[in-house]
Amino acid sequence: MEIRPYRPRDWKSHPPYVFPPYRSSVKRGPLQRLHPIKQTLSEITGPLFSDIELKPGENDLTRAPDANREAMGERIIVVGRVLDEDGRPVPNSLIEIWQANAAGRYHHPVDQHNAPLDPNFTGAGRCVTNERGEYRFLTIKPGAYPWLNHPNAWRPAHIHLSLFGPGFVTRLVTQMFFPGDPLIPLDPILNSIPSKSARRRLIAAYAHDVTEPEFALGYRFDIVLRGRQATPFETNRP
Amino acid sequence: MKQTPSQTVGPFFAIGLTRAPMNVLASATTQGEKIRIEGQVFDGDGAPVPDALVEIWQANAYGRYNHPEDKQEKPLDQNFTGWGRAATDERGFYCFETIKPGAVPGRDGAMQAPHINVCVFARGMLAHAFTRIYFADEPANETDPVLLSVKDKKRRDTLIAAREERDGRSVYRFHIRLQGDGETVFFDM
Repeated sequence: MEIRPYRPRDWKSHPPYVFPPYRSSVKRGPLQRLHPIKQTLSEITGPLFSDIELKPGENDLTRAPDANREAMGERIIVVGRVLDEDGRPVPNSLIEIWQANAAGRYHHPVDQHNAPLDPNFTGAGRCVTNERGEYRFLTIKPGAYPWLNHPNAWRPAHIHLSLFGPGFVTRLVTQMFFPGDPLIPLDPILNSIPSKSARRRLIAAYAHDVTEPEFALGYRFDIVLRGRQATPFETNRP
Repeated sequence: MKQTPSQTVGPFFAIGLTRAPMNVLASATTQGEKIRIEGQVFDGDGAPVPDALVEIWQANAYGRYNHPEDKQEKPLDQNFTGWGRAATDERGFYCFETIKPGAVPGRDGAMQAPHINVCVFARGMLAHAFTRIYFADEPANETDPVLLSVKDKKRRDTLIAAREERDGRSVYRFHIRLQGDGETVFFDM
């Protein structure tokens, strides 16, 4: 059996495990050098969720299934494509998102920020990319919120995204930010990414072609997962 | 095109990622030996991490992954996908109910010892970390290419789950130490 492994994680794009300005990373990031192993069937396979049954509306966060009314806030449409490093679409791939509400509060017991909860907004959504790797969410623009990392620390508005791609090694969890947010240059989590061009790739683009008249503003956010290496390997004895 | 950078899952990932329990991989009809995996996630001070997320991916009892690129001539088990996810509790505990995987081939005909692939996320982790769970009572560990490649025995042992018997079945304990003394071996892969 011949198998094509994936390209390595690009550590010029990804943050280091320990980035002291993000305080929680100091005791939680591994310090030992990562131990290199060759990809095998274990790494190039992964969960595909091909039989997952999403309910209609799981990509619409403005109307939670058990809520009576529409969520409060500025409606936004977030679209994008999931691609690999060669620009090939990643189809039929699960995306899970979660976020704060318009006031900057998460629907979570640990979040004690003194901002209103919206009973009609859970802040969770899911969808599966189509054959062209495209996804679409309708949601509410999340608010900025304070955190305890340093004095007067505020997270810029962001949406968390979780992606799987075709293999165990293509897994990615990231955050999407909004263009023009004045908190972006101050955010240690975004600034943990080593290069400015890579940081910029986490900022969605305003997309007027996605904006729907009299309804919602559009943003475009493309995501690139690890692509394949050119040279295959053999699982059987040569 | 360049890879999209990773970011932490943050403290509130349960909203999006663990709304329903996803840590039971084996049902009554799944083939193979039912096992439980349990452990704690610790930080560099040895303190439990109450907001970590552990995901696993494994082969079925015959040693085949439920994935189109695994073209081995071994049976697929329709009652087993091989993926699971568990958030840690306030004491850093996680657990999975699954089956012991069969052995899968590595490269160039070398067999790998049975193992479970692990991906760890947490608030404070800017990128996920990969590791593997091996089984302490498995003789094939002696010839596993990944285990053999970790020369330091103390480090290698961080990949091996200790077995105990509880209510007539195997429970494997696998602690994950993100940093410091006994830091789990994490892979570049």
